[in-house]
Parts: sequence; C-alpha cells; structure tokens
Amino acid sequence: MEKIASRERGGAAAPSLPVVAPRRRSWLRGDHLVAVLMLLPSIVAVAVFIYGFIIWTGYVSTVKWNTVVEDYSPVGLKNWIDLIRMDRFHWDMRNLLLYAAAFMSQCIIIGFFIAFLLDQRIKGEAFFRTIVVFPFAVSGVVTGVAWRWLMQPTTGINLLLRNLGIVDTRFAWNADPKLGILAISIAAAWQFTGYVMSLYLAGLRGISDEVREAARVDGAGTFALYRHIIIPLLMPVTFTAIVLTGMGSIRTFDLVVVLQGPAFSTDMLAFHMYQATFGLYRFSLGATIGFFMILLSALLVGPYLRSMGGSLET
Amino acid sequence: MRLERRLSRAPIYLALVAFSVFYLLPFYVMIITGLKPYEDLNVTRMWELPRGIHLEGLAEGWRWVAPNFRNSAMITIPAALLSSVLGSMNGYIFAKWRFPRSNLIFILFLVGMFLPYQGILIPLVRTLQLFHLYGSPIGLILVHCIFGIPITALLFRGYYVGIPNELVDAAKIDGCGFFGIYRRILLPISMPAFGVVLLWQFTSIWNDYLIGLVVLSSPRLAPINVAVQNIAGSWSVEWNVQMSAALIAAAPTIVVYLALGKLFMRGLLAGALKG
Repeated sequence: MEKIASRERGGAAAPSLPVVAPRRRSWLRGDHLVAVLMLLPSIVAVAVFIYGFIIWTGYVSTVKWNTVVEDYSPVGLKNWIDLIRMDRFHWDMRNLLLYAAAFMSQCIIIGFFIAFLLDQRIKGEAFFRTIVVFPFAVSGVVTGVAWRWLMQPTTGINLLLRNLGIVDTRFAWNADPKLGILAISIAAAWQFTGYVMSLYLAGLRGISDEVREAARVDGAGTFALYRHIIIPLLMPVTFTAIVLTGMGSIRTFDLVVVLQGPAFSTDMLAFHMYQATFGLYRFSLGATIGFFMILLSALLVGPYLRSMGGSLET
Repeated sequence: MRLERRLSRAPIYLALVAFSVFYLLPFYVMIITGLKPYEDLNVTRMWELPRGIHLEGLAEGWRWVAPNFRNSAMITIPAALLSSVLGSMNGYIFAKWRFPRSNLIFILFLVGMFLPYQGILIPLVRTLQLFHLYGSPIGLILVHCIFGIPITALLFRGYYVGIPNELVDAAKIDGCGFFGIYRRILLPISMPAFGVVLLWQFTSIWNDYLIGLVVLSSPRLAPINVAVQNIAGSWSVEWNVQMSAALIAAAPTIVVYLALGKLFMRGLLAGALKG
C-alpha cells in the first residue's frame, strides 16, 4: 500500500516497484488536486496573515510613521537606533532577563518536582493533577486580578505570612520599584507550572520499568537513578519546556497590564509595543519592538522546529 | 520502589497537599471576596470566610460584564467551531494526501503557533480596516480562525496519522474520492479529536485578551477579559465586585475544564508537539 502512495507522489518510487513510465507532476491531478485546492485557502491565510504581516512589520520599522498619519518615507535604521537608546528599552531587556530566569526556573523545577511526586504511585493522583493544572484553564487577566488582591501590601500574602508567624514585613510585591517584575513571574508561574508538570509526568510515564530495574540491579540509588538516568532521558521534555516558557516570557502581556508597577519597573516588550502603537501612535517604533520580539522568538523556536522537522516522517 | 521503602509515604502526600493549597489559594480568595458584602471588605479580615453568603457583589459584577459575557460567547463559539472544521480538513490533507513539500508547508504553518502577536498587530489592524472588519465581532472571529490554523492542523494531523493508511486505500479501491474518504472513514471516528480541538480553541479564544483589546476594544462590544481588566484598572470598583467579575469571566472555562479534564490534558500534551 505504501508503494502505491509513493508512486502517486511521483518522483522517488521504491526501486523494487516496476514503475510504468513515471509521470511527472502526477500528484497534481484528480483527488490530489482537490486536496491541494482545499488546503489552498489556509496556505494563503497563513502566507498573508503570518509571513506577509511579519515582512510588513519589518518594513514599517524602517519608515517614518510615528504619528497618526501613515507615512512610508524611508528612514533606514533610525527607529532601531532610537529604540536601542531608549531608557525604557533598557528596562524592558533587564526585566525580560529577570522575568525569564525566574519564570522558567519556577516552572521547570517545581513542575518537575510535582511530576516526580505524582509518579510515586500515590492515591488520588488524578485529583492532585487536576488541581495543579487548574490555573491553566483561566485567563491571564483573571490570574492578574486575583494576584493583585493577594499582593496588596496591607493585606493578602503579607497578612497571611504575618498571621502564620512566618515574617512580619510589608513586601510591595508587584509595586516594588526594583523587583516588581519577579512578583509578576510568581503569578505567571502559578498559572503555567501545571502545563510543564503534565509534560514531565507524561515523560516519566514513558520511561519503562525495565530501565529503572536495570539501574537498580547495577546498584544505583534513587538519587543516582534520577541524576544519571531519568533526568538525562527527560532532556527532550526539558527542551520543550524551555522553549514554551521562554516564548511565554517574551510574549508576557496580560499580567503586565493588570499587575503594572511604578514607572517601568514591570515593563515588558509586549506592553511597550502596545503603548507605543495604540497609545502614542508611534507605529514605526511599535513595529520595531514587534519585529524585535519576532527575532527573539526565532532564536528560541528555530532549533525546536528543526528538530521537529526531522521527526515528521511518520 | 526503592524510594517507597526508604521513606515513609507521608512526606509525599504532605508536599502534594501543600502544593494543592498554593494552587487553590487565589481561587479561594476570589470566591470568599466575591461573596462578601461591601461593609465586610476589611483588609485585616481578608482571609476570613464571609459571614453568610451575600450575592450583591456577584450581582453587581454581572451587571458590569453581562454584555461582554454575551459578546465573548458570540465570538468564541462560532470561532471555535469554524476553526475546528477547518483544522480537521487541513489535518486530513497533511496526514493522508501528502504532496511534494507538504511537510515543509506544515512546518511553516506551525511557526504561527509561536508567533508573538505584537509582530503582526499593525498590519492586522490596517488590513481589517481596509475590509471594514476592524472593530467588528466578525473581524475578531476571522482573526481567531486564522491564528487557530496552526494548532488545529497540528492536533488533527496527529490524530489522523494514527489511522492506518490501509483503511484509506481500501476506500479508494471501493471508489471513494477525497470527500468520500473524509466523510465515510475519518469523520465518523474523529469525535475524540474534535473534542480536544474544540476544547482547546474554546479555552484559548475565551481567555484571549490581546487580540480582543486591539481588534474590538469598544466597551460595548469588547470580549469579557477586556471588560474585566477595565473594571480592575479603574480603581473605583470595589474588590468584591472585581473578584465577582473575574469569577464570571473564568466560570465557562473552569466548568469545561472540570467536566472534560481528560480531553484538556490531551490537548496540553499534543499542543507541545509531543502528541
């Protein structure tokens, strides 16, 4: 059956198959033509709305359109140089680094740890799993509104910590002029850790008992088993988690809007782009930030998609 | 397991209970605050249960966001349905009607899943304006369908690849064409995949904030998450009303998650390209 399929694809027919005059482009007839035509609207939509728009954004970043009036006179790299010199951009980069480091490590370390706990053949696994993934079902805005109440300096977590006798201080949380961005990463990780946990749990379930058994026969203790066998075997999951949480860091928008701190202390690229474009009508500046975000994501996702491409021949 | 023998099981459960408390805490606070009357909103008693159940906050919250709740329903349901149908067709083609470079096209589709939308917002707004779709619910539905193409194609393709090619080839021999195979062979067994994709699209479109804010921000037409942020950002609305509005915004996806958690988990895993 596979041979029939490969002949229809034209080109590379299996050598053992007696091919009768392979017709070129034979895939573009009959039902194959219907299939391509049915896919065409989606191809056009993706080509225009994703690739076309990315190029368009890149183009806008090189023109003078920084008022309400559309102006496509070229200015070269002026917008880029302006952006790189902006104080607010420096805050964005600093905040992105702090946020990504905090958010990614919270999601990955805690997510793995909970998956490890859930993998110990415990009772009520489905119950605990449901609770941990629960926050992922609600929106960023809802998450932000709940955490804004929890992070009120006069009450919320501060009050809870005081009542439990742990610490008696008034953290400013998201309103802290230096570390507010880290408070936002806590709310974000609260939402996303369940996702990472479920990836790790699926990964742990995919490791056969024979592997664990063999390690045990070789005299490996629990710690050595995880350190030398299981964590290395889970590297693909960790890679996925890094890409997803890294992307999440670059895109963070909803939580920054809701949990905004003083001045630029919690500013992020996504919010800067939104304000520059739709608040100040500096479209070319907005496009520059947007395109910069695309470039950052490409660095992260490129290797990931390339590794995907290799595994597609299923 | 060795670990079981070495440690007693108690610490494992203790840790899991502690994590559960942490993940439920914000929901607890939202619910108790939403059920308190205005007079009870004392910062020193934030963690205490409300004295009796008061629905004033919830009613007031509903008055604020009811029109937007309806808007979100009118946007999310058609957009989720349309994008699932489209995704099913695309997944079918990518899985069963491969043509030269179809895998490359598929990968190029997937790039859209990782796109920071800020990189395309300006052209998007200009294009929607050009077609008089800017500020209209139809425009927002269209945008959600288009940006749903990558993930829905991925989820359906993954499902259809698992269906043996022999079935498709047998149907071809029986004289079924492109649509016949889809309708008679694949569609009848696609319900689990439709469940996962509908759930995924429903949740992500309902929870969207950025696209709704940019395309449909007029307070009357805006989707619910935009309305909730407007209330929270105004500072003049009391906490019990804010929490109630947030709960109302979260209710549909929470109900769907609790009812169909298994499908949700499957979507999570497949969405990470691991399905």
